[in-house]
Amino acid sequence: MTKTADNVNPHIYEKGSERQITSAEHDEELIDEFDAREIFDLIRNINDPEHPLTLEELRVVEESNIAVDNKENRVTVYFTPTIPHCSMATLIGLSIRVQLIRALPSRFKVTVEVSEGTHVSEHAVNKQLADKERVAAALENNNLVQIINQCIAVM
Amino acid sequence: MTVKTSRGALWRSFRRNQFKTEMVNLELSQILTGHKGIVWNVSWHPQGNVIASCGEDKTIKLWSKEGVQWTIKTVLVDGHQRTIREVAWSPCGNFLASASFDATTAIWDKKSGQFECNATLEGHENEVKSVAWSPSGQLLATCGRDKSVWVWEVAGDDEYECEAVLNAHNQDVKKVAWHPSLDVLASASYDNTVKMYKEDSADNDWTCVATLQSHDSTVWSLAFDNTGERLATCSDDKTVKIWKEYKSDNQEGVIVNDKESVWKCVCTLSGYHTRSVYDIAWCHKTGLIATACGDDIIRIFKESEDSDLNAPTFDLMCTKLNAHTQDVNCVKWNPLGNQELLSCSDDGEIRLWKCSE
Repeated sequence: MTKTADNVNPHIYEKGSERQITSAEHDEELIDEFDAREIFDLIRNINDPEHPLTLEELRVVEESNIAVDNKENRVTVYFTPTIPHCSMATLIGLSIRVQLIRALPSRFKVTVEVSEGTHVSEHAVNKQLADKERVAAALENNNLVQIINQCIAVM
Repeated sequence: MTVKTSRGALWRSFRRNQFKTEMVNLELSQILTGHKGIVWNVSWHPQGNVIASCGEDKTIKLWSKEGVQWTIKTVLVDGHQRTIREVAWSPCGNFLASASFDATTAIWDKKSGQFECNATLEGHENEVKSVAWSPSGQLLATCGRDKSVWVWEVAGDDEYECEAVLNAHNQDVKKVAWHPSLDVLASASYDNTVKMYKEDSADNDWTCVATLQSHDSTVWSLAFDNTGERLATCSDDKTVKIWKEYKSDNQEGVIVNDKESVWKCVCTLSGYHTRSVYDIAWCHKTGLIATACGDDIIRIFKESEDSDLNAPTFDLMCTKLNAHTQDVNCVKWNPLGNQELLSCSDDGEIRLWKCSE
């Protein structure tokens, strides 16, 4: 049985350019803190669960919707489902969360939420994504982990 | 140079202020390492001389003291297929119950000389989140992701019978806890409420007798005080709430319609915790309240001397910054009342603290 995608004809945006590596970044002496662009680079190539497109191409994630506080060890990512009743919102959020948990040092507290006003069940999705016990249980579900890994794997 | 001096002065004044307002000291006694991954829960043996711990690595570890150091004495494996969320010693200390994401609750004992799983409680549809023994040791309560709370009766040697399946919550049930002396059960849920249950003596049916509504998000944990007439709850809404029971003959004029009692929120501690509060422990000997928080901090609160029973006040006595390097999941006071506190964390560690006033 093939399920039709919630949004069969999403708007596709152009990919941004690659980050310019500056000489300062090769300088071992400098303390190089995490910034929104680096977080963006970690999640921009996550695949949409329904389309052969990345979260960047669908503008589900944008650099401007990412906040990093190195002092407080906080990373906050707001993502924007392509349509307000997207049934994949939780899965997309979970993929972003898993990718960041795997990639960032454990000192970071990662918050992943739906951009305000962009999903009908915004509150429910946010609450579920914030519940670390549910996330931990979900990550013991092999089928789900397989799907998430497919999303996270760079094309 | 001037910058340095003024900084030093600032630091000294900060320290002075800390001592002025925070009069409880939490000193690290030992770090207990051995688990791989998240440590979800720890449980003191009722005699305070054995610790059980569990977590993501699907094992239960039993620790006891060798000289001054706590060391692993037994590792229980093969009991569960998935994360072990909670462990609980029976009041007699002869049984250990473990609740797992694999939908089962295992009962361990060492009748044969070493700890073995001699009973498995099955019935929950999926993740079991919490398990607790009643004060008499004759009843067990479990709860889980399937929104239900189960009450089990110890029916005989290695035999447990389901007494009741309570479907009062409409979401994931996170924690169950018994009244310290009566067969009254409380449960905390993702639906933001706490429910109380007891058995109706007329028809032996367990029913929900109270719903405690005031938190704005998931209630993660709860703890009765030593009288059982007050309850402390902690939540994803970053607050701690204190509830008081008003019985039908109360002097305060609280209306208790056709019920035996009502529970009212008499105090909310907000502005202290900066993330989800995952656990709360109310010491039955000292009255101190400890909290485990997602901001890696352990906090200790104490009721003020001039606290009004109907509107009690609690002071923050200690803020242990970086108590762990990640979320603190659980705090437990040693039942001996010797001011020892155990904590465990996502960072894979268990820490033993000595509290002094």
